[in-house]
Amino acid sequence: MLDIKNIQTFYGKIQALRDVSIKVNSGEIVSLIGANGAGKSTLLMTVSGINKPREGVIIFEGKNIEKEEPHKIVKLGISQSPEGRRIFSKLTVEENLKLGSNIYENGRNYLNDIKEIFELFPVLSDRKTQRGGTLSGGEQQMLAIGRALMARPKMLLLDEPSLGIAPKLVNQIFVAIKNINKEKKVTIFLVEQNAKKALELADRAYVLVNGKVTIQGTGQELLKNQDIQAAYLEGGG
Amino acid sequence: MEYFLQQLVNGITLGSIYGLIAIGYTMVYGIIGMINFAHGDIFMIGAFIAIISFLIFGLTSIALPFILLFVLLISMLFTACYGWTVEKLAYKPLRGSFRLAPLISALGMSIVLQNFVQVAQGARTKAIHPIITGKFEFFKESDFVVIVSHLQIFMVLLTIALMAGFTFLITKTDLGRAQRACEQDKTMASLLGINVDRTISVTFIIGSSLASVAGMMFVLYYGVIDFYIGFLAGIKAFTAAVLGGIGSLPGAMLGGLIIGLIEVMWSGYISSEYKDVAAFSVLIVTLIFFPTGLLGKPEIEKV
Repeated sequence: MLDIKNIQTFYGKIQALRDVSIKVNSGEIVSLIGANGAGKSTLLMTVSGINKPREGVIIFEGKNIEKEEPHKIVKLGISQSPEGRRIFSKLTVEENLKLGSNIYENGRNYLNDIKEIFELFPVLSDRKTQRGGTLSGGEQQMLAIGRALMARPKMLLLDEPSLGIAPKLVNQIFVAIKNINKEKKVTIFLVEQNAKKALELADRAYVLVNGKVTIQGTGQELLKNQDIQAAYLEGGG
Repeated sequence: MEYFLQQLVNGITLGSIYGLIAIGYTMVYGIIGMINFAHGDIFMIGAFIAIISFLIFGLTSIALPFILLFVLLISMLFTACYGWTVEKLAYKPLRGSFRLAPLISALGMSIVLQNFVQVAQGARTKAIHPIITGKFEFFKESDFVVIVSHLQIFMVLLTIALMAGFTFLITKTDLGRAQRACEQDKTMASLLGINVDRTISVTFIIGSSLASVAGMMFVLYYGVIDFYIGFLAGIKAFTAAVLGGIGSLPGAMLGGLIIGLIEVMWSGYISSEYKDVAAFSVLIVTLIFFPTGLLGKPEIEKV
């Protein structure tokens, strides 16, 4: 479904991604783990069209998207819940969600979509008229995921959904991610520092080190991999 | 008391013009963080298109309300084209450049527009006869008769209608939501499928159309224009936007009203020679106590 081939992305002279190739098949949950600064978010922003790769191709459903504008990539069916959530703090929860459905032409019915998001994350329903900035970290994360879902994506890119969130809410969010994949049939590409959770959830996974993919395999294989256990899983991970 | 009421009416009328221009400054600042110094000249262009249209329609036998409507629509349309073009030519190529670059470009655009009109229309002032005449008189028994002209009522009502429509547009429609989203985080907005470039263009179009309405009102109210009117009116409206809190839409309307009132009150009670000094002094004093303007909020980012 998504085929990232030999991507090289630069920030000025600094190379953030080195020859990265990753494949995500329809219906899968694929996780990408790696330390801070490994290039995980850069990769997602490259897929979404914010960063343009200097070399390499990205193919989504048979179409080259590496030169496409971000808003057009959303229309093709890829939406993202970015690192740090980036909620519109001055807009209400409901307005944030409505923004997610901006890609439809006039006359679409987003009320039903919002209802589905509220079923997935009931707490958002109680906060409907509150400003986004007043929500807790976990609630903001739910809102960010819900907002990305409003575009009715075929593929959802999730960047660090567990970052800075209470452990209890992290579990709730990972359950929701699984639901989105299984019930809404949305393919998921997950980027995480919380390696254990990400690998448990994933069908397949990749490890990114200094902008390079070093290890790949099924989630279970990687959980048992000694190198990964040493580097990412022991000591709290 | 009667004298005060008269100044109040005049001040609100003048404030309508400033408020409509100020919205353009504040919207553009909100979305791309830049002061569009060519905006005053966009207002001047609007005034010229209005005066030319009035002269053309004056040759026909169309009824006055229709002439007003046509002139309004024509000057909004053409001025919007100017605003859109200025953005595409002078600001868009500089997006992502250092902060001062578009500002300098804006000053350049301002000179370009002034000189263009000076060459195309001549440097002499253009004048038309009063178009909306008639007035209401109050307190006829007292020694000071308060006059409210039909034109003043027309201007204030038109301003209120435009502000109401505009507020609805910003707070309730998809376009307004997209605009507010772009103000906060353009990258995130594009990740949600919002066409950021188009949203910025629309901002310039809306700001320019409102300025053109102010231009048409200026023509009707003063009857005389030249290629240089955009400078002072633009600076005043900019002052209004800063006074109200730059980036805040209700602030721009309030700021316009206050600047209009100060100018008229100062002229009426003290001296009309120093009215501009008064308006700018109030700005300075306000900024000492409210650094972000009256309705502007300090930026507190929760990370």
